[in-house]
Amino acid sequence: MENDITIRIGGESGEGTISGGDILALAAARWGYHVYTFRTFPAEILGGPCMFQVRISDRPVKSMGDNADVLICLNKEAYDRNIGELRHGGVLIYDPSDFTPDTGDCITYAIPFNEIARKEVQLFQTKNMVMLGAISGLFGPPIEAIVQVVQSKLAKSRKSNSTLMEKNILALEIAKKYVIAQLSKNDPYLLGPVAKADRVVLNGNQAIVAGALAAECRFFAGYPITPASDIMEGLAKELPQVGGTFLQAEDEIAALAAVLGASYGGARAMTATSGPGFSLMTELIGLSSMAELPAVIIDSQRAGPSTGMPTKMEQSDLSFALNAGHGDTPRIVVAPANVADCYDLTILAFNMAERYQMPVLFLTDQSLSARVESVEMGVFKPAVLQRRVEYDTSNNGADEKVAVGAGAANDYSRYAYTATGISPMTKPGPGAMTYVATGLEHNEQGHPDYEPEDHTAMMEKRFRKLDTAAEELPKPERYGDENATIGIIGWGSTEGAIQEAIDRARAKGYKVASLHPRILSPLPDRTIREFIRSVEKVIVPECNYSGQLANLLGAKYGLQAIRVNKFGGIPFTAGEILRAIEEVS
Amino acid sequence: MTQTIINPTPKDYKSEVKPTWCPGCGDFGVLNATYRGLAALKLSPEQTVVVSGIGCSSRFPHFMKTFGFHSVHGRALPVAQGLKMSRPDLTVVAVGGDGDSFSIGAGHLVHAALRNIDITVIVMDNEIYGLTKGQTSPTSPHGHVTKSTPYGLLASQFNPIATALSLNVSFVARGYSAKPKDLAALIEQGMLHKGFSFIHVLSPCPTFYHTFDAWDAAVTPIPADHSIHDRGNAVKLAMETEKQFTGLFYQEERQTMDQAAHELVKQAKTFEIAQYMQRYA
Repeated sequence: MENDITIRIGGESGEGTISGGDILALAAARWGYHVYTFRTFPAEILGGPCMFQVRISDRPVKSMGDNADVLICLNKEAYDRNIGELRHGGVLIYDPSDFTPDTGDCITYAIPFNEIARKEVQLFQTKNMVMLGAISGLFGPPIEAIVQVVQSKLAKSRKSNSTLMEKNILALEIAKKYVIAQLSKNDPYLLGPVAKADRVVLNGNQAIVAGALAAECRFFAGYPITPASDIMEGLAKELPQVGGTFLQAEDEIAALAAVLGASYGGARAMTATSGPGFSLMTELIGLSSMAELPAVIIDSQRAGPSTGMPTKMEQSDLSFALNAGHGDTPRIVVAPANVADCYDLTILAFNMAERYQMPVLFLTDQSLSARVESVEMGVFKPAVLQRRVEYDTSNNGADEKVAVGAGAANDYSRYAYTATGISPMTKPGPGAMTYVATGLEHNEQGHPDYEPEDHTAMMEKRFRKLDTAAEELPKPERYGDENATIGIIGWGSTEGAIQEAIDRARAKGYKVASLHPRILSPLPDRTIREFIRSVEKVIVPECNYSGQLANLLGAKYGLQAIRVNKFGGIPFTAGEILRAIEEVS
Repeated sequence: MTQTIINPTPKDYKSEVKPTWCPGCGDFGVLNATYRGLAALKLSPEQTVVVSGIGCSSRFPHFMKTFGFHSVHGRALPVAQGLKMSRPDLTVVAVGGDGDSFSIGAGHLVHAALRNIDITVIVMDNEIYGLTKGQTSPTSPHGHVTKSTPYGLLASQFNPIATALSLNVSFVARGYSAKPKDLAALIEQGMLHKGFSFIHVLSPCPTFYHTFDAWDAAVTPIPADHSIHDRGNAVKLAMETEKQFTGLFYQEERQTMDQAAHELVKQAKTFEIAQYMQRYA
């Protein structure tokens, strides 16, 4: 019996497909299983085809699964759209009143969802509970775990009443009894009991909100945009609880401007957006870098260009994030690989912004924003905070060694030339040294200054901070074979699929390893060079058209990477990466 | 500066950076009036922030000894609002010109008005783009010939006071740079006002659009019988084309967004991640 099942539910948005899948994932996680979800959203607010896929396993899950083991189609369109994703010999579940499938080599179970909901439960909206009851009867997740989740969901709902809960339970039980009595199970998928574990179940955006709160983010300004809005909504609710303030701005330009205003006042501040909003922010990214004001900017990437596909993922803002803005503009760019990373890396992003006094661009994407994972509770440790180097009147900045032209005795040099490039800051308040933050080139005191030697020295000082950061920041760790001949370098949300592909390839005898840097600017040069040197071929899989990381690695290290690009709006499966490994071997 | 001044004089707010403005620029009058206004209120330079965008007048913060933030074109208002929201203890003043405030940054004015965040904005209006050397601005009169309107301006003229009144800005005033004493009094009143204070200042450009004589003739104090709570009459005065009324058009005390936001945080608790994550358990 398989203890690793991928179940896909296809249906119509608004008829409970997504909520049914959500309940299944949560119930499985509460029961003690690892879960990983993938979903597609229609562009419409209500209606339109949607899909929810959950992989449930007794081992940690790294990717969404290659194909569905079990496909549940709640209408004919769902069948037409999704049947190609069902594995050979997989299970197809459908309602014979909806359509008659072309069975092929799959195992089919016909279950009258509509009739059970309408006639036996006498409440059609319980159709997704009927589906969940059938799943319980066929594949093992206990009714109690599902009921618990439904109860806690209904407790938060406006529609809640005791009759509805009773009907839901009735639907679950009738459907379970039906499949046990009427169907003869002839598939290998059955989830057995597992030990309960101390895990939490959440998506990437929820982990970013938790990370921001833990990192002492105390100001957020943003503008609604898919798929980043729930970061804003989360912080709108949570910030006042911890003494922070929130502003829904009139546009993304105002959002980042407000963040920089708050940062100037000393707050750890953040905004979150997606590609179109990020494009609008670029002038202010330059200001953040030039005036040396910390800011964290989350970009949940979606398929571009222009408005593109707001509800689909892509990893196509890397080149832009690395270069956004006119002039040479130092910034830090990071990309999380999974939900746990969304927490840790958000904290690191704040620490880096504050320490290096520059914008930190955080590239998540739609698939990771919406991806629900079960994560060990222990991952969510209290944040260790790094703070701004503050100006101290007694020693002009404590630990920072002054390299060139120490400021005049009584004149505060906000932009003092230091060995690290980091100049001690002040913030407005009683007794503080005043200064003017400006986007104009300036001297150490912050006064406008266009002298060639001053601009040269100031450019070098600002960029020196990236050298300091490159020295101080954590380096990525190699995954896989020590003596690999094939290397994979990836970034962002593809890590799980890459690692799973490596596990499977190694089991087949291939020598493969990967490197997955979280920090993409400044890149860990030495680690990457060593990795490239250690293998014969390097594959760079990316969900974008042009191969943006491959281009960067080519430009920086002369790497002729084998590019594997997927750009349909759907993330890689491990199987696709595995095929790439097999093809180059 | 570090020591707190007990009885400040205007020159205590003056920085060592020499203004970049042309001789005779109206902005000198506004700068002096601002020094005076700050001194009259005995505001500490370390707890005052002057925010600006881009333009001749936006160089302003560099000439102040207060904290300053010289941001990018058009964005002084959102920078100032973000700062005030997170630091309601500070005095925040936003300054800029007619291009910054009514062209590239015009959209922000609408939302600053709606939020009524407690900041004071001083717009130095010379009806022309000075820093880029003489193109038309939103407040240039219809038909005005400039380098960018060689056949005369085809658009109509923006009315800053009427616009602010229509947006229900809670403090609306106009001053004239040639009358710095009156202007200083308005700035002082504006900073005392709890809410978004909008001070429109006629501040002529000696180089690209000579309006000194016209404004000397047109500037008229708001009639003594005008009530500052009568928005209808304030609009009537603002729509007057022959005269440029100066003084306080309108004032209304209402809740500010920074105040409201900080009412919400009164019950704030320290953040415990382990406790927070229970919602996902």
